[in-house]
Formats: sequence, C-alpha cells, structure tokens
Amino acid sequence: MEWLDPLALARWQFGLTTVYHYLFVPLTIGMALSAALFQTAWVRTAKIQYLHLTRFFGKIFLINFAMGVVTGIVQEFQFGMNWSDYSRFVGDVFGAPLAFEGLFAFFFEATFIGLWIFGWDKLPKKLHLATIWCVAIGSILSAYFIIAANAFMQNPVGYEYNPVTNRAELVDFWALLTNPVALAAFPHTIFGAFMFAAGVIISVSAWHLYRGQHIDTMRVSLKFGLWGMLISTAGVVLSGDQLGLAMYAAQPMKMAAAEATFDTVCGPDAAFSLFTLGTPDGTSELFSIRVPYLLSLLSTHSLDACVHGINDLNAEYAIDYAATGIENFAPVLWITYWAFRWMIGLGMAHALIALAGLWVTRKGAKKPVAKWMWKIAIWSFPLALFANIVGWVFTEMGRQPWLVFGLMTTRDGVSPGTSGLEVLISLVAFTAIYAALAVVEIRLIVKAAQKGPDTTEQPDDETAQLPSVVY
Amino acid sequence: MDLATLWFGIIAFLFVGYFVLDGFDFGVGMALPFLGGVGKKRDDVARRQMINTIGPVWDLNETWLIVAGACLFASFPEWYASLFSGFYLALLLILLTLILRGVSFEYRHQRDSEKWKAGFDRMIVIGSAVPAFLWGVAFANIVQGVPLDENHVFQGSLLTLLNPYGLLGGLTTLLLFFTHGATFLALKTDGKLQHDARRLALRAGLVTLVVAAAFLAWTVIAHFSIVVLVLAALAAVSLVLSIVMNAREREGWAFGFGAATTMFAVVTLFAALFPNVLPSTIDPAFSLTIANASSTHYTLTIMSWTALVAMPLVLLYQGWTYWVFRKRVTRASIVGAPA
Repeated sequence: MEWLDPLALARWQFGLTTVYHYLFVPLTIGMALSAALFQTAWVRTAKIQYLHLTRFFGKIFLINFAMGVVTGIVQEFQFGMNWSDYSRFVGDVFGAPLAFEGLFAFFFEATFIGLWIFGWDKLPKKLHLATIWCVAIGSILSAYFIIAANAFMQNPVGYEYNPVTNRAELVDFWALLTNPVALAAFPHTIFGAFMFAAGVIISVSAWHLYRGQHIDTMRVSLKFGLWGMLISTAGVVLSGDQLGLAMYAAQPMKMAAAEATFDTVCGPDAAFSLFTLGTPDGTSELFSIRVPYLLSLLSTHSLDACVHGINDLNAEYAIDYAATGIENFAPVLWITYWAFRWMIGLGMAHALIALAGLWVTRKGAKKPVAKWMWKIAIWSFPLALFANIVGWVFTEMGRQPWLVFGLMTTRDGVSPGTSGLEVLISLVAFTAIYAALAVVEIRLIVKAAQKGPDTTEQPDDETAQLPSVVY
Repeated sequence: MDLATLWFGIIAFLFVGYFVLDGFDFGVGMALPFLGGVGKKRDDVARRQMINTIGPVWDLNETWLIVAGACLFASFPEWYASLFSGFYLALLLILLTLILRGVSFEYRHQRDSEKWKAGFDRMIVIGSAVPAFLWGVAFANIVQGVPLDENHVFQGSLLTLLNPYGLLGGLTTLLLFFTHGATFLALKTDGKLQHDARRLALRAGLVTLVVAAAFLAWTVIAHFSIVVLVLAALAAVSLVLSIVMNAREREGWAFGFGAATTMFAVVTLFAALFPNVLPSTIDPAFSLTIANASSTHYTLTIMSWTALVAMPLVLLYQGWTYWVFRKRVTRASIVGAPA
C-alpha cells in the first residue's frame, strides 16, 4: 500500500470520523427518550425527584448532543469530498433519504432542542414537555432515514442502472424506504442506542448509590436503567435475529465471513462457531469450536438449510462480477469474525447485568449490595457503546470490497481529483481535533455525572420557573 | 418551468435561509472581542449576554446548511460531487472551524475560569470568521467558474479559489455577516451593550457598503442581465436602508433590511450563475448546468412533494421558536443567572 494512497486514506478517514460520530449518536437517541420519560413522569405525578432526574440526565444529554451535531455535518460533506464518484453514481437514489432526514427529522430535532433547553420558564408545562418528545421523535426518525440510505449500500433496491448516464437511478422510492435490511437494522440500531443510554444511567446511578448519596433520585433512575437495559437487550436480540435473515438473503458473503465458514455447509454441519483459527491465507480453517445447526437457524430459521461458504461464493462471484477484476470478494475475516462475536457477547453480558441487577434490588435494595456488584454496575457502561461500535464495524467492513453491494466497488467510489496529500491533511486534522475534543468531552460528562442532581430546584406549579439562561 | 429549474430555486432558497440565519450568529461570534471587552476590560457578563442572544437558535440556523447540503446531493448529485471534492481544503477548513465553534458554545460555561472561557471565546471568533469568509470565497468561485475537466473533475487547488474576485466575495460575506450580527445584538440586548452594538453596526455597515458595492458591481459587469442588475441594486438599497434605520435607532427595521441584503446578494449570485451550476473555465462545454447535473424526473418529483409538505411546517415551527425567544436578553438576567 502506497502511503499517500487516496483510497486507503479516505477509507481510514471515513472509518475514523464515522466511529467517532457514533460515540455520540446512541446516547443522543437513548437519552432524549429517557429525559422525555422522566419529564413525563414529573408532569403526571408532580414528584420532585422526576424533575431532578430530567434536569440531571438532560444536562448529560446536552453536553453529548453538541458533539453529535457538529461531527454529523462532517458525515454529510464527506461523501462529496472523498467519495465524489460514489456520489455521482448513487446520488439520484442515495441523496433522497438524506434530504428527507434533513427536512423532516433534523430541522425538527434541532429546533425543538433549543425550545426545550431555553424554554423552561417560557413555555407552559405541558407544551414544554412536548418539546423534548419532539426531540426524541426527531432523533429516532433521523436514524430511520440514515439507515434506509445505508441499507441501499448493503442491499440495493428500488433502482435501475442507466448506462447512458452511468448511474443508479431511483425507480421505486417506497422500495428504498422499506428495504428489508433497513426494516430490520432500524429497530436493532434504536434498541442498541437505548441499551447504551440505559448503561450510562445504571452506571451513574450506581456510582452515587455506592457512595450513599442522592438516594431518593438515584434509586429511581437505577431501576429505570435496569428495566430499560432488559427491554432493550430483548429488542436487540429479536431485531438482530431478523437482521441476520435479511443480511443472509442480501449478502451471504457477510454471513460466511461473520462465521468464517469456508465451504458450504448443510444441516448439523451449519454450525455456529464460538472460536475459529484459520490458515494465514484465509482459505481454510485449522481449528474451531462449533454449535451444530445454529448457523442454519440464524441464517434461514430452519435446521436443515445449507449455508454458503466463502470459497463457493468467491467462485460464483468471480463469474458474476468478472468485470470488476476482483478475485477475492471476502472482507477481512478476522475483523468480521471477531466483531460479530464481540457484538453478540457484549449484548448477552448486558442482559445478564440487567437481570442480576433487578434481582439484587428486587426489594428496593434494602439488603446491602456487595461491593463488587456496584463496581460491575459502575464500569459496565462502555460495554454497550463498544457493542454498538463493533456492530457497525462488522456491517461496514463486512460489505467490503463493495461500496454498494454488487454495483460499485469501494476503490471505484473515491474522488478522482482529490490528492492523497489533501486527504492526509484532513485525516490528520480530524484525528487531532477529535482526540482533543474527546478529552474535554469525557471530563465534562464525568464531572456533570459525579456532581449529581441539583436537588435545590423547587419550581412552582404553573411554569417550571427555572433559569433559562444557559450559556 | 421544469423540475430541475425549480430545484435550482429551492437550493437558492435554502442557502438564502442558511446565510441569513447563520449569518447573524457568525456576526455575533465575531463581535465578541469588539463588544465584550478584551484584556483587562474583558466583560464576561456582556459576552454571555451576547452568546445567549443566539443560544436557542444557532443550532437550528446551522441545520439549514445540513439540509441545503443534503438537498444539493439529492437534486444535483454531479454538482454536489464536483463542488465538494473540488473545494476540498476550503470545505475542510469550514468544517473544522464549525466544529470548534459549535462545541465552544456548549463548553465555555462548564467551568468558571477566565482562562477556560477566553480560550473557547477565541474559538468562537475563529469559528465564526473563517466560515463567514470562506463561504463568500466559495460562492464567488461558483459563479465565476472553476477549472473543470471533461469529467467535471476540478483541476485546481485551494489557491485557485483565492483569486481577486473570490477574495472580494469572501470579504463581502465576512463584513456583511459582521454587520448583520451587530445589528442583531442591538435588537436583542439592552443598556450599554445595545448602545455599543448599534454604533458598531453603523460603522461596520458603512465599510460593508463600499466592499459589497464593489463586489456586486463586479458581478453585474461579469454576468450582465437586467435581472442580475435589479437584484444587485435591491441588495445595495437594502443595505443602505439598514444603515439608515440603524442610525435612527430602529433596530427591528435595520435587522429586517440587513436580512434582505443577504437575501438579495445570494439571489444575485444564483441569478448570475443561471442556467449553469458550476461553469468550467477550461471549456464551456465542460460546464455543469441545471440540465446535466440534476437528478432524474422521478427523484425530483418525490423531492418536490417532500419540500412542499416539509418546508411550510419547518418555517412555521422555526418562526414560532423565534417568537418564543423574542424578548431581549437583559444584562440583569445574566447577572442573576447561575454561572
């Protein structure tokens, strides 16, 4: 690989900026909904601790929100800057969901968040509550359109290739929005986001409870976080199962790579691998631990199906896609294989933490909880974020060498006029600024979380009467 | 009128929205050292007062850029692709400075330390001035044309963009937004800050008038048509009226005419560009036009219905937001608020 190779640099930049952006997205989606639920509880019950929880987790949400917004602009610009041939090729199809996201979701979210932050003393109580629900709905809707756009790259539908203009052209917008991959990936992503928000709420609550402070509020939020975690892990598993089916139907190579199955296997031989070591050239396996039938079940929901292997798919694709000149259509196996396992393993770990936590605190935590249990609760939150990230790494790395599956390879999508030096400059600049901001961001969130809720806030009944000046 | 031309108009509308709205909050950012005191005279209360005038709205203002970009991608993929990859380093600088500016609003009040706040204030100033300048450079170059080859690929560098017309365009938007921001501060604050803001807007307005008149005249001469001439004249007249209203202490009118100036200036550029979207200076045959850069009729039809449904709603709830936050941000409210 050449060192000023624009393709490699553009890929690194996309990976870096996307993963970084996604550090903030799940918390935005999950925390907006949590804040909306806490505030609803406050408006309905008038119990002061719900207001304190809304304000407290709302503050953490806001510190995180700004980063999500500013790093999101980069995502949209990047397609044109680094991947202009991709933009030319798919713009007619891919641009529309992005425009929908902007017009319907992002405007909505960005406007109502201003009203929520600064509107505490300016809007009637119920109208103010409606603004945070608008933010939550806007963020979820936004995720849908982005996932519909992404699903086109995994499973192109609703288009026709036009040889005159040499581009994919939209012919069925409804098919694009109801792409089976999008329908399955959307709940999977949203529940994944809730999982991380629940993890943060559990962790923050446990930190205070372990120190015996803010018990009135933090006991409520711990319970909320644990139930939220349990429900969202269940949602992640169910939607993940659907996504597995849709993915196998659209991209059998990705499933083969996720499992590191080299040859087509049927029935009991279609086993789910818990551990595999392959030969260095990646064409056969040396050692593995496998659960019989499970891969067949995950891929097709039947016990006796055959699941395609990497070698067979490669032979098939070499004929179908001979024009690309590519010989190996498999992604980097160790990444897809381990990312898939980490994603599932961390999800399971979270389900266990939620169950154990609910069991231990079932009688309102009257019995003292063991110190190591608090430690686990406090330190568990990065796991859900890591699960979210490796899930996306698996999805996007598993798509390689395609940029749009079957239609355009990644190397064909890069900007033809952009030099390696330009991409290098931007990669270095983003890395430096993102790293510096991460340090500040983490410190601020930790500081806000450790400070705990401000229990001196006592609004009257009519309006919230809380300070509207924020900056 | 075909749909592609309609979308040329919608893209113009979205950029008008973006520049009118983000324009004044760029101006507020740039005015920090002018009105918030520097060094020993640094007045943190005034600075907070200024930032809080745009607090509830800067985020939704910036969203106009995201929507304009996404709509450009969807309706004119070739334009989006050639423009964004061609203006690479300029856009990179805009992105980086917008990032720094956005987080600075959120971070500066998180710690009660003079040094901490001064650092983020500097980033707000840079993050407002650099995009305000570079957007003018970018749009002037779009109108003037850039070296596009037969595949619509940009054959130049950052220096290609920094030509006299481009630089004059950048200076024009920089000054225009600065004045616009100062006028907004006169409208939204009270006491000494309001008084200072009004005086600053007046002085900056006169400088802007000279530079903007030169830029508009150049544009009219280079792309002469009656429409362009009339639009440029309307921009100039609006600016004069804005300055006059400022002198008469009618901030509301001054701000309205300031917004009209930006609107007419942006529309002038789009009118001068029509029917091209990115002319080639190598060979006119290589130019990107409304016809050869647009999406299919099917995509544009869907997009048109979407815009028709979404835009009135957007204007309604954003208008409501501005109504909710219509009151002035008083110095007393800042002094009384927790840091």
